[in-house]
Order: sequence, then structure tokens, then C-alpha cells
Amino acid sequence: MGGLAGKGMLAVFGAGALALAATGWMAAGTPEAQAKSKYEVDGKKSGYLYSTPETQAMQDDDFMNQGMLWVERGQKLWSQVEGAAGKSCQSCHGDVEKMRGAYTTYPKYDPKTKKLINIEQRINRCRTEQMKAKAWKWESDELLSMTTLIGYVSRDLPMNVKIDGPAKPFFEKGKAFYYQRRGQLDMACKHCHIDNPGKFIRADLLSEGRAGGAFPLYRLKWQKLGSMHRRFRGCNRQVRSEPYKAGSDEYVNVELYIKWRSNGLPVEVPAVRR
Amino acid sequence: MARKRTGPQRMALLATAAAGMALLAQGASAEVRKVQEKGLKPYEIVDDISIPKPLTDKPGDAKRGAELVVVRKKGNCLACHKIQQLDEFPFHGEIGPELTDVANNMSEGEMRLRLVNPKVVNPDTIMPAYYRVAGLHRVLKKFQGKPILSAQEIEDIIAFLKTLKATQ
Ligand code: HEC
Ligand code: HEC
Repeated sequence: MGGLAGKGMLAVFGAGALALAATGWMAAGTPEAQAKSKYEVDGKKSGYLYSTPETQAMQDDDFMNQGMLWVERGQKLWSQVEGAAGKSCQSCHGDVEKMRGAYTTYPKYDPKTKKLINIEQRINRCRTEQMKAKAWKWESDELLSMTTLIGYVSRDLPMNVKIDGPAKPFFEKGKAFYYQRRGQLDMACKHCHIDNPGKFIRADLLSEGRAGGAFPLYRLKWQKLGSMHRRFRGCNRQVRSEPYKAGSDEYVNVELYIKWRSNGLPVEVPAVRR
Repeated sequence: MARKRTGPQRMALLATAAAGMALLAQGASAEVRKVQEKGLKPYEIVDDISIPKPLTDKPGDAKRGAELVVVRKKGNCLACHKIQQLDEFPFHGEIGPELTDVANNMSEGEMRLRLVNPKVVNPDTIMPAYYRVAGLHRVLKKFQGKPILSAQEIEDIIAFLKTLKATQ
């Protein structure tokens, strides 16, 4: 993965400049604090800043970051020919670096289906329509790897989803989902992630849930990389609520809401969390 | 902590405060609301702040109550509340007020309403209603129609909460 490693370096520099412009980066004293501050933009904090120093260190070092294994797998898949059309992703798109920026704009409105489409679904659309290959299953190693690679090449770019125009009604639905109480415990996402970030709920420190730039991420509890929708299912079950399917309209809508709450925060795929 | 009181009750309170009187004429103005949810024991909410009468005839067991407060699949109250008397158990959360001294600050009936349905007191609270099955959204199948705690378990926890008096 030589090419990408070099690019990673560049990206880190880029983000330094970005953080400098967007926040009080200069004031932040120690090198450690400076490195962290790119995860705080306009008062919004990534879940990174609610993680322990050990977990942060794992994310910061590509050699320790288990999620990098999926980036590597994604790279192999990028140029792998599959399907009746005899094409790979590369056949149409060239180098995967050309995808830099794409991650930051999804989910977005899709005129074809007249609803939102997220990165995973966009990848599968290319597979079924351009490659004439089978769609990858949600949470399969392949789909996770490719989604992670697409996120990785946008590392340190600010999240930048749009919620106006035709995306607006879907954004509103996503927001309503976030505020809807659910399950036997009768809690909404907002009760934990808007009302109580920075506080411990038993052994867990609640973050602001601004995970827009973080997924797929390597979760220590899962011992594996996982999608944002897998996390939604977990948070739903935690309050004893019937989860939705990964890839469902409900989850794509709330994904847009969360990514909007994360606008301006840098892409950090593959992030590492507890 | 603001405890919500509805219309006439709040008026009565204000009037009382204005007159500088210490007592609210309980019997005369008490508003009693009966609640009976499917499959659950009926109870009475008084003035939207209290369930004075126990849900069961059998007295609560404070020792059992302490266990229920700790166990994650039961009360899991420690997820959100610090209780110094239970210091031997790790990880007390910080979401709700500390309960170390709660029995000095609240009546038994107020505590019971808090557990049974805290939304009566604060509609926006994060705290779950422990004895309620109605009006919930998309409950996991295996928990449908069941309250988080049984009536007896509520009484056990109340018995434990009544012992929480850090100061006299
Ligand atoms: C009872 C509390 C609670 C509720 C309710 C809750 N969550 Fe969470 N959530 C957590 C905890 C604890 C974590 C792990 C620590 C953190 O990042 O906040 C978490 C993490 C997350 C993360 C990952 C954040 C990151 O940066 O890694 C996302 C995304 C998320 N939750 C979304 C949701 C959504 C969507 C809902 C509602 C459907 C929801 N949560 C409801 C407790 C909750
Ligand atoms: C997910 C969080 C959460 C859980 C779990 C929880 N509570 Fe609470 N509790 C709160 C919050 C927050 C308040 C503050 C008032 C409000 O939100 O209306 C509160 C208030 C209270 C109060 C009133 C305290 C006061 O000084 O006014 C009592 C008593 C109480 N809780 C007892 C319990 C018991 C007993 C349990 C478990 C059976 C429990 N709580 C579980 C969040 C929680």
C-alpha cells in the first residue's frame, strides 16, 4: 500500500491547515493537544475526543489501527474485475484517489429512486448497473472494505453533506427519528447524544454522536470493523427497541442527520472506538 | 430540581406561597388520577407528583432492592445515578442526580411516581418509566407488554431508596 501511505501523510498536513483556519488551533499548546484539535470544529467534537488516549493512539497510528486491514482489502477489490460487463471499479474511475471528496457528500438525493442514497448503496449501484455484478451484502467484508477505502481516501477532508432542496424532507425524517423515543426504555437518540454528551452512563462516556466522518470504524467491542447502520442497530437494541434493517430508508435518513451534525468535522475513516 | 405541577395545582401552590402559608390544604384540593394499564396493577397518582400507596400488599425488601438497583438487566439505576452507599460496585453514571441522600429530599410517594412513570413529572426526561407498557414505540418483541420491573420489584427498590439518608 505504498502509494496510499504517502498520500496519508499529505492528507495529514492538509488537515492541519484546515484546523488552523477553522478553530483556535494555535492556542492549543502541546503537540498532543494540537493533534487532537483537528477533531473539534466550531465547537463540534468528534467521538475521537471522547475516547481514551489508548483508543486514540490506536486510531492515530496506521500500523496499530486494525481498520487499515480493510483499507488494504478495499484496494485489492478496487481493481478486481467482476460481473458480466468484465469491469472493475478502476475501469471506470481510474485511481481510487480520484474518489477523494466523494465520501464527504453522502448520503445525497438520488433522482433515480427519489430518495437518499448512501455510500454503501452507491457502491452497490455501480456493481449492479455498471459491472453487472451482484450487490455486496450489508456488513459483508467486501462492502465494508470498499466503503472504508472510499472513506479513507477522503481522510481529513471536512464532512459536507447537503440538506436543502430535494434532500430536505429526508433530512427532516432523519431528525424526527433522532428525537423519537423508542423501545421499552423509551429513550431517543437525542437523550443520550444531544442532552448528555460528556457524561458517563455507567462505564461509557457519551459522545455527541457526531460520527459522520468516522464510519466504518474498528470497534474494540466488535473486534471488527462495522458500519454506521450496525451501530444504529446496537443503540436501538440497547433501549430494547426493534432495530431496522441496515440500509433501510429509516437508517439512511438518520445517517444524513448525523452527517449533517458532523459537517465540518474531518473524515477519520477508519476510526477506532471502544 | 423543578417538579412539574399541572394547571390548578400550580395555581394553588402559587396562592399558598403568596399567602405565606406553610401547608397546602391536601384533602380538599388533591387531584387523584387512577391509572390502570393492561396487565399491570392499578395505582393512583396524587397531584401529579406522588403515588402515596404501594403497588403491592407485601412490604418491599430493601436488600433485594439494592440488588435490583445495581443489576444491569433490572433497574440499572447506577447507569445514571451515583449512590455512595453502593460504592463497592464500580461505574456509577452521571446523568441523573445523586441519590445518596434522596430519602431526606423526597417522600416515598414521590419516589414511587419517579420509578413508575417519571414522564408525569418531567415529560422530557431520559429516565425510563419502570412500570409502564402503554404508549411505547417499537419495543423489542420479547419485551412487549412487559414493564421493566414488576410491581414487587418497584416496592423493593422503594424500600431501599428509603434507607438512603446520608445526612439527618
Ligand atoms: C442509552 C443511551 C443511548 C441512546 C438512547 C443512544 N445511544 Fe448511541 N451511543 C451510546 C453510547 C454509550 C455510545 C458509545 C459512546 C459514544 O460514542 O457516545 C454510543 C455511540 C453512538 C454512535 C457512535 C459515535 C462515535 O463517534 O463512535 C452513534 C453513531 C450513535 N451512538 C447513534 C445513536 C442513534 C442513531 C441513536 C438512536 C437510535 C442512539 N445512538 C441512541 C448510548 C446511546
Ligand atoms: C438513563 C438515565 C436514568 C436511569 C437509568 C435512572 N434514572 Fe433516575 N433520574 C434520571 C434523571 C436525568 C433524573 C433527573 C430528573 C429528570 O430528568 O426529570 C432522575 C431523577 C431520579 C429521582 C429524583 C431525584 C431528585 O432528587 O429529584 C429518583 C428518586 C430517581 N431518579 C431514581 C431512580 C431509580 C431508583 C432508578 C432505577 C430503578 C433510576 N432512577 C434510573 C435518569 C435516570
